[in-house]
Amino acid sequence: MSEPLLEIVDLQVAFGPKKKPVTAVRGASLTIYPGQTVAIVGESGSGKSTTAHAVIDLLPGNGRVVGGAIRFEGRDITHVKKDEIIALRGSSIGLVPQDPLSNLNPLWKIGFQIREALVANGVASGAEAKARAAELLTEAGLPDAERRANQYPHEFSGGMRQRALIAMGLAARPKLLIADEPTSALDVTVQKQILDHLDGLTDELGVAVMLITHDLGLAAERADHLVVMYQGRVVESGPALDILQRPEHPYTQRLVSKAPSLASQRLSSERARAEVREQAVQTAGEIAAEVAQSSQELGEGRATVIEASNLTRVFALRGSVPWQSIDFKAVDDVSFSLRRGTTTAIVGESGSGKSTVARMVLGLLPPTSGTVTFDGVDVSTLKGKDLLRLRRQMQPIFQNPYGSLDPMYSIYRTIEEPLRTHKVGTSKEREAKIRDLLDKVALPSSVMRRFPNELSGGQRQRVAIARALALDPEVVICDEAVSALDVLVQAQILELLNDLQAELGLSYLFITHDLAVVRQIADDVLVMQDGKVIEQSSVSEVFDDPRESYTRKLLDAIPGGSITLGA
Amino acid sequence: MTSEHRPGQERFVAPLEETPLKAVDSVDTSSPPTSMWSDAWRSLRRNPLFLVSAALILFLILVVAFPSLFTDENPRRCLLSENSLGAPRAGHPFGFDQQGCDVFARVVYGARASVTVGILTTLFVVVIGGILGALAGFYGGLLDAILSRVTDVFFAIPLVLAAIVGLQMLKNIRGDSPGFVLSVLPVILALAAFGWPQVMRIMRGAVLTVKNMEYIDAATSIGATRRRNLVRHVVPNALAPVIVVATVSLGIFIVAESTLSYLGLGLPSRVMSWGNDIAQAQNVVGTAPRVLFYPASALALTVLSFILLGDAVRDALDPKARKR
Repeated sequence: MSEPLLEIVDLQVAFGPKKKPVTAVRGASLTIYPGQTVAIVGESGSGKSTTAHAVIDLLPGNGRVVGGAIRFEGRDITHVKKDEIIALRGSSIGLVPQDPLSNLNPLWKIGFQIREALVANGVASGAEAKARAAELLTEAGLPDAERRANQYPHEFSGGMRQRALIAMGLAARPKLLIADEPTSALDVTVQKQILDHLDGLTDELGVAVMLITHDLGLAAERADHLVVMYQGRVVESGPALDILQRPEHPYTQRLVSKAPSLASQRLSSERARAEVREQAVQTAGEIAAEVAQSSQELGEGRATVIEASNLTRVFALRGSVPWQSIDFKAVDDVSFSLRRGTTTAIVGESGSGKSTVARMVLGLLPPTSGTVTFDGVDVSTLKGKDLLRLRRQMQPIFQNPYGSLDPMYSIYRTIEEPLRTHKVGTSKEREAKIRDLLDKVALPSSVMRRFPNELSGGQRQRVAIARALALDPEVVICDEAVSALDVLVQAQILELLNDLQAELGLSYLFITHDLAVVRQIADDVLVMQDGKVIEQSSVSEVFDDPRESYTRKLLDAIPGGSITLGA
Repeated sequence: MTSEHRPGQERFVAPLEETPLKAVDSVDTSSPPTSMWSDAWRSLRRNPLFLVSAALILFLILVVAFPSLFTDENPRRCLLSENSLGAPRAGHPFGFDQQGCDVFARVVYGARASVTVGILTTLFVVVIGGILGALAGFYGGLLDAILSRVTDVFFAIPLVLAAIVGLQMLKNIRGDSPGFVLSVLPVILALAAFGWPQVMRIMRGAVLTVKNMEYIDAATSIGATRRRNLVRHVVPNALAPVIVVATVSLGIFIVAESTLSYLGLGLPSRVMSWGNDIAQAQNVVGTAPRVLFYPASALALTVLSFILLGDAVRDALDPKARKR
């Protein structure tokens, strides 16, 4: 039996001033053997990236190791000199960073940046390095590598950039590759391709991989050994399948039970969804009856609350010369309908036009052709008072919880804003309403005086939901509303959305790139690709019997979908 | 690959008492609420650069408001025959200038004109530049094109040169024996008229960034009009860089005023100001350099404090330094 390649024993990492340190990692131990893939799983802030960065002494700012030991090939490297660590980097331990966009220097050609890695580690130089760089790119799965090596990062797609970074990480044939969330910024299908390729490559070269991810499904699928971290500690570790099938620590149990991608989730979530729908449709029916009676509300109380027909949006892109422009069809002839009290999901990868559809439905962007009707009324013809009424009855929740709340507004003012804009109630009544809304989204009323920068992503998203519900809308458009969140928080927000739908009879248009989430919240699905709807049916049909090969590809790419859990 | 029982990789479960489970995404209610501005204030309070410059500026404001607290001398009581270029002596720490006026008293009383010009010019510049920049950035299109080109034209003219021409044109409003306000006003107007382009550009840039944020879309879908968006969301969020530039340019305007006064075009010689005193002192710089030294040092120190303050404020408002 071989010796361990990397041993981390009771590692402690602290940040901040010496007198008042903030501990980020408090006692993490793990072992990696040559050629093995070990995954560290945890939510943001769990210390997983910090642990990995401590290994190659890349802790940000004033971070430092305050306890424990890191041994590489039996040698203690915890407190060795800077130049010894530098000698290890690249040649013995490679790194594939998280964000492919910011980790490539935009001013240098890709080939040059790979050559840099080769020269710095003394692998090759001059013309030899040039040839080697092209080889490495081919190896990382980039076709036409010689031409590609002469291109700049902006000419690469996200997936191609990540391949270039993999080529760089493996340039000096390290024994250990640290992959820090290598694919979390990429589309699922690209993620699968890249991880498949990385798997093959590291197997072939006998490189051990330390894979850092927040996705339990992905970790279990790719790694032999799992390390689950929570609040700076390792809470559970062991063989991947074993952990997934018999999670023992309550945190791991929570992770396993909430992971949307795991197959076991399917039945229970479908059943729960059916219950939600039944209740929501009933409540929505009552609301529709009221709307039909009322002269205040916009619409006629139809069963189909939103109907989009033949929506098309063309953007003019700048051509090769200033006076030329190229027409780009972002959305091409999209039609769908949203039934009252149900959820229609629009699924697609980045660039598929799904968010453009959402913006057109919201009336933030006029369609080039086609119409959106809200309860029988054409949205694009609305002006003044009627438009205000529409705004009241249809509300959005956006993707980025960091961007969708005004940083200058307290939480109270944020939620109050729609009420003020529509001049609803006196200030006393508004305060009562805000307290009620915060209660609905399960936030303590003490957050009212706080500002968005003090809340986590999930909490901000709950504030955004409270703001969207302030005006008692009938329809809520969720544009990637959960994709920026950790798995557990995501599950929590989805549950909240489901509860609110059942309680208030809301109708959701749910835009997402993640098919795994769809099962928990949606009733009907539209799959979009390149601006066109390629498949449109109920959730169960799409999951059980996808008609299009693209849909099947999307389904296959859900990490961990193939893993069966015992019991 | 079987890795079940390699040493160091056995199945491990942390004891629950060491790793208690917290509620998912619970709100931290222990720390007091902070806004962006209170965050900035907290980091400012700990910045020695800020403490020094703020102390200097507070002192300066005190001097401007109550000069008589600092000197009993009348700066206008000048005894040419007795005191011309007199050396420092008890009660007159900086000595006397050519006219026989007390230099310390003149430095103290001269602060008022310089600081008034600096603050009011900055105020005008921020208002003019801020409004034009916000309009250009927010509405874009033709309005932006026109406003931006006009700004470029103004930007191309050197500030002091333009102010000289401007002051010549404003000569008439002063009349023959203007009071303090009428003396200072033309200088302020001339400097403000040509000082705003920088603020306009910065405001425009900040607005261009802010107007594409999702919270603007969110406000629009709530039903906010464009104007409401501009006033309630865009401008407050775009203000931080403008404040930084404004603090630094305050110093620059004080220098510009002195330059103009030195050239004999700024404040009339009857108004006490550092610029005027420096201009007067140049005649005697060879024989009594201290007469030049004191007003010039006061000017340099004032400008330095405002520039340091600007630096400190920039550090505090830097979004990268702020916690997310």
